[in-house]
Amino acid sequence: MTAVVTPLDPHPAFFHPHEGAHDRDLCHNVRPSAWRNPHPRGPYHLLVIGAGMAGLVAARAAAALGAKVALVERDLLGGNFLNYGCLPSKPLIRTSRVYAEMREAERYGAQRPDDIKVDFPMAMERMRRLRARLSRTESAASLSADGIDLFFGAARFVSGDAVDVDGVRLRFNRAMIATGSRSRLPTIPGLADAGYLTNETVFDLTEPPASLLVIGGGPIGCEMAQAFSRFGVRTTIVHAVPLFLPKEERDAAQMVSDSLARDGVGIHLNTQAVNVRVEAGKIYVDTISDGVTATLEVDRILTGIGRSPTVDGLNLEAAGVAYDREAGVRVDDFLRTTNRRIYAAGDVCLEHKFTNTAAASARIVVRNALLLGRKRFSALTIPWCTYTDPEIAHVGIYVRQARERGIPVKTFTVPMHTVDRAIVDGEEDGFAKIHVREGTGKILGATVVARHAGEMINGITLAMVAGVDLGAMARVIHAYPTQADAIKMAADAYARSRRSPFIGAVIRRWINR
Amino acid sequence: MSARGPRPPSARPAEDPSDGALLDRLQRDAFDYFMLTMNPQNGLIADTTRPDAPSSIAAVGFALSAYPVGVERGWIERAEAVQRTLLILRFFLHSDQSGAPDATGYRGFYYHFLDMRSGTRAWLSELSLIDTALLIAGALTAANYFTAPTPAEGEVRELAETLYRRVDWRWAQADGATLMQGWKPESGFLHYGWEGYSEAILLYVLGLGSPTHPLTKASFDAWTVTYQWENLYGRDFLYAGPLFIHQFSHAWIDFRGIRDRFMREKDCDYFENSRRATYVQREYAARNPGSFAGYTSDCWGLSAGDGPSAPPRMIAGRHQAFYGYAARGVPYGPDDGTIAGSATLASLAFAPEIVLPALRAMVARAPQCAGALVRASGFNASLGADRPGDWVADGAFGLDQGIIVLMIENYRSGLPWRLGRGNPHFRRGLRRAGFRGGWL
Repeated sequence: MTAVVTPLDPHPAFFHPHEGAHDRDLCHNVRPSAWRNPHPRGPYHLLVIGAGMAGLVAARAAAALGAKVALVERDLLGGNFLNYGCLPSKPLIRTSRVYAEMREAERYGAQRPDDIKVDFPMAMERMRRLRARLSRTESAASLSADGIDLFFGAARFVSGDAVDVDGVRLRFNRAMIATGSRSRLPTIPGLADAGYLTNETVFDLTEPPASLLVIGGGPIGCEMAQAFSRFGVRTTIVHAVPLFLPKEERDAAQMVSDSLARDGVGIHLNTQAVNVRVEAGKIYVDTISDGVTATLEVDRILTGIGRSPTVDGLNLEAAGVAYDREAGVRVDDFLRTTNRRIYAAGDVCLEHKFTNTAAASARIVVRNALLLGRKRFSALTIPWCTYTDPEIAHVGIYVRQARERGIPVKTFTVPMHTVDRAIVDGEEDGFAKIHVREGTGKILGATVVARHAGEMINGITLAMVAGVDLGAMARVIHAYPTQADAIKMAADAYARSRRSPFIGAVIRRWINR
Repeated sequence: MSARGPRPPSARPAEDPSDGALLDRLQRDAFDYFMLTMNPQNGLIADTTRPDAPSSIAAVGFALSAYPVGVERGWIERAEAVQRTLLILRFFLHSDQSGAPDATGYRGFYYHFLDMRSGTRAWLSELSLIDTALLIAGALTAANYFTAPTPAEGEVRELAETLYRRVDWRWAQADGATLMQGWKPESGFLHYGWEGYSEAILLYVLGLGSPTHPLTKASFDAWTVTYQWENLYGRDFLYAGPLFIHQFSHAWIDFRGIRDRFMREKDCDYFENSRRATYVQREYAARNPGSFAGYTSDCWGLSAGDGPSAPPRMIAGRHQAFYGYAARGVPYGPDDGTIAGSATLASLAFAPEIVLPALRAMVARAPQCAGALVRASGFNASLGADRPGDWVADGAFGLDQGIIVLMIENYRSGLPWRLGRGNPHFRRGLRRAGFRGGWL
């Protein structure tokens, strides 16, 4: 089923993803049709609105502490990360990578298959099977078994200490808003009439479009554009700003841009889609770039221009919770809203809308709301990754941010083409860059571009959180050969740079005595 | 390193006796580009020798800077050089500055490409800041060289000053502190800014030094905040991928021993930085991650230039695409096996001990047409076994010939640097950018 829902509808109808067996399994777990909401139990220690990553983590952590917990979800348990976001995209990326490797088999010393036929429905079927499997651990039944009162329905604040869920009043001592975010729709005349896919509907495709236009070159747009192009779909990205992945380091973004281009993705930067029209069953998109107009003919459009916090329908005014349609629910560094009893976590209140960030923020809320904690969100060290091929992973601050703050910064750069394992793997596109405070080994941040950059960034994050400096990392023996050896090589370069010329001269003289 | 004061280029490697003759031939051939591609009606210089090429204002800036070199080397009469210079300066002075889509310029800036005959905008090109800066740098170089008390040379000085003072650098700061890259009458300022170290340092110096429309001091800091100081292949340097970035500003400004705040912090200077960048380029070629034919420690140099536009080929088991004209860089590419010989040569003043062997090797690759590989916009040895010899870019490009003339001269006599050091506008701009020490 490729029906398009209205993504910005404040209360979209519950969308049963697909009629197949896997989606029935999924729904059995994340939205069981026979579900009956429990009877409310007095004021809850913690009432959580939204059962995406933040809500699930908070509800489980609070329940494990023995707290009386209510969890309210209006759509699907698992929210974006499980149903429409980072998880279902990964099986597609994996399958598309197989096709890319088949086409480039000679690069890996293998015969290129004579006839490479892309079976798109098969790829989607696998994605649905894995999504259903992953949903087992997030199921309604398992939440109940953990002692959580799970309510399906739309929560609406009626006062500073109570919500209404479809006519049932739930009272709370503490609440956490974790309603997440939705795809943002670009305002382009004709787009709504022509129809479009978002990350919430693209995973419902069962047949590949002949061609795909991705509007907005953000992380999800780039991941999907590359995957679809590898599936043989003629894919184009139009991106309004002149820089590809504008938040990332230029070399990293350029490398991914080159990689997408190699996969056949047409990249139109500094280009705005200004009008969409349908003629004879075809979609035509007019674009403008520095005053030059052009028209693209496409089969489907995927939008991915960012995410907006889900704040509609909550009646936040009744609870005295301040919010903003762009930035979401306003929170302080302890993730407390303007109502001292109510906290927020995840996409609805955070600038960085990542699943790991949502989970970390939820843990802070549980500590601060239930255990008198004073944990600060700003103290977190959060890595993130864009799962293109190669991947871009980042942690800490960027060089530019350091320089803007007057911090002298030096970068130790290791191109992957100098890493033995990357060479033999045929995965040489990329680099590890570790930024330190000049003259010290203190790690300020890092960017890794590599086939498995997301795996590699974790070691650097560990070092940062544990306060291990780059010099100490040079003393950590790494398994050899591995691609993460790039981190060790950066540390070795740091150690060499610390050797003073004087000591070097003394050692040379002693050796040659 | 110790960046205390200039290291004279006299700290030279043992030159092969034939090196002098080789450099002389390369420089003379490059100089002749400007003799052969000028429109005698307006002094404009063609962007390339290819048919119907428009003029590039940057190539015109290089011509203005090359004429004094030609006079010193005896390749052109002083009077003729003055006449050629005046042709150019008069043309720009009287050109249409309305900013109309078919004008020549606006607010003292000029469109990147101009019709060779009419001198009006070609190819819907942008009003280009960096290319205007290269043009103005040429005009100021001419003004500093043609100092004789004659009416003609006096006019050169007066016109160059007028053209410089007319440029409204401040306008191009638009809303922010940093400069935009360009402007189009159809759509206003381009959305591109300057990100990371680049040849824009010349642009900022000229803009900061303007007596009439100076950039704010904050502009330079706002740009240099995007710098990245990296340790790559064991060398610390201010990173930029393509070689030309490490060379273009250095054609006019002698960066030896003078430092801005960033270079003081790093105990380096931009000249030493270009030297390190040159070594990084060589190291990359020696490692040759793409397994391209021809790359060795004596055959290197990735920069902006022409390359083959062939369909992809299998190289080392990989489908290698070819990028045509592109800004190739180290260590992240793009790299399709194309070497820009002129960029290798233009590092002569920074690291002669590795550039001269590279020049000899490139000449030896094509002994039948001495120097052709060096002066071509690019050559590529990786296109496959079905063609004899290297792929070589057609014709010649004005930018390549200009940088060859100037950087060989900086190596041989230091004339362009001397002229730059003597220019009060350069000096003022450098000081306002925070440069201190050395000859400043």
